[in-house]
Amino acid sequence: MTTETILFYIFGGLAVVSALGMVLNTRNTVASALSLVVTMVSLGAIYLLLEAYLVAAFQIMVYGGAIVVLFLFVVMLLNLSTDEFPPGRQRLIKSAFVIAGVAILVQILIALGRDPLLAAQPGAVPEGYGGYRQVGISLYTDYVLLVEMASLLLLAAIVGALILAKRKID
Amino acid sequence: MPIEPIIKILFIFSVMVMGLAPIITWIERKQSAVMQDRIGANRADLNGITILGLLHPAADVIKLMTKEDMVPDGANRVMHMLSPLIAAVPAIMAFAVIPFGGVYVFGDTTLNLVGADINWGLLYIFVLGSIAAYGNVIAGWSSNNNWSMLGGLRASAQMISYEVTMGLTIVGVFMVFQTLRLTDMALAQDSSFRLLGFLDLYLGLDWGWIDWIRVPAWGIVYQPLGFLMFLTAVMAENKRPPFDIPEGESEIIAGYHLEYSGMRFGLFFMSEFIEIILIAALTTTIFLGGWAVPLLSTDTIINGISSVMGAGFATGLCILIHFVTFLLKVIFMIWVQMLIRWSLPRFRYDQVMSLCWKILLPLSIANIFVTGVVLLWVKG
Repeated sequence: MTTETILFYIFGGLAVVSALGMVLNTRNTVASALSLVVTMVSLGAIYLLLEAYLVAAFQIMVYGGAIVVLFLFVVMLLNLSTDEFPPGRQRLIKSAFVIAGVAILVQILIALGRDPLLAAQPGAVPEGYGGYRQVGISLYTDYVLLVEMASLLLLAAIVGALILAKRKID
Repeated sequence: MPIEPIIKILFIFSVMVMGLAPIITWIERKQSAVMQDRIGANRADLNGITILGLLHPAADVIKLMTKEDMVPDGANRVMHMLSPLIAAVPAIMAFAVIPFGGVYVFGDTTLNLVGADINWGLLYIFVLGSIAAYGNVIAGWSSNNNWSMLGGLRASAQMISYEVTMGLTIVGVFMVFQTLRLTDMALAQDSSFRLLGFLDLYLGLDWGWIDWIRVPAWGIVYQPLGFLMFLTAVMAENKRPPFDIPEGESEIIAGYHLEYSGMRFGLFFMSEFIEIILIAALTTTIFLGGWAVPLLSTDTIINGISSVMGAGFATGLCILIHFVTFLLKVIFMIWVQMLIRWSLPRFRYDQVMSLCWKILLPLSIANIFVTGVVLLWVKG
């Protein structure tokens, strides 16, 4: 086995174990959020092994860093516990998540059966592919409309959140 | 195993981290003493020898090592033990991408004085910064103490906010140097340009002395506003006064590290000082020319010495000159940070937040816009 294979198994295993730890841990919300961080960082390490440096950096910086810190902030601030939902609603939420998870798993298996990834031959990668320069150029030339639409969507979300919060404060 | 990276890692670790960090605790005590008209650390002695109080860092370490290691009741033991490491390790790892010298050629071997020469070096530092935030947040949460919890909450809010601004304030420099690789940035600043060059380019004045008035092509010359804003943002990210909201000694006692004692507290303490060195090294590399000697490029130095002493010796001496230049600039930036820390009163929480979102963020976006317009105008 090469070093890369060994590292892949280490980080892949870590990602799976911590993802399970996040879902199955029902006692402690903060510990769940921290397992999510471990999952994100291990996914970032796997992207690094694929030499997708920009994706790895964003994976850890945006998902592992900013977003989960925000989760933690909210969890610590509100100190939520599952008891606050009525029991009937809890069962509903749980079964909804189980159904969604099974549906996604089935879809993945179907996709794998139709298009076997292992048989596919990797194509030639152009110089600098996936680097910050290429990603930046294609974001601001080919996909500029989509980028602007996404930013408008985010702006609308921010304004909406502000209005909701303001009504509560007033 | 290749031996070269191991030597580099040991060198960076022993000089930049373990060498400088204890000394700057002494610098801070002495500098604050000078600024407040006191004598400062001078009591620790070996047989009456005090060496200006330089034995104090050693005494501090011995004290912290031998103190009782307390874990409060009801604390999450594992997280309580892990969080100082989460805070300290990323700060040390970040030194891997900071060049402490250029690329030198000895016959047929080349020597690149940087731990890891990766082309997304600055992103790597931001990635580590976003992980380091967890150290403080988890410390606050796992201590089972309300003051600590408040400190952890404040740390998470402050660090996310300033991470955004820190990234945006530095975009102008990316645009000027067209790279994220820190070695390339330092190399680009190893040159100078004519301050009055526009006189003969645009006005056609053919005066000989125009060539002699030169300015080093440093980041701070291209991006003075970017430099000020970046320094503010990284100092806020380091959470030392005047931005010590998560610690807030007058409000929440010691915030997130209230329940820490012994060497675990020492690690939080050390990680702040390691971050001071990191900030100094980073601003030096990005804005102050890194290892470059102002107005004397590498070729000038090597050619100048090798005409007298021979090429191999000249390259060796050049490495030494560059490393000492880098170290002097780093120490200067450490001094500036200490000066700010001991001059300004601490901000209120809302002041820190409005500085970030209402002043630094719009200004940095304006800086990006102006830089873009100027670059388009100059490069066509």
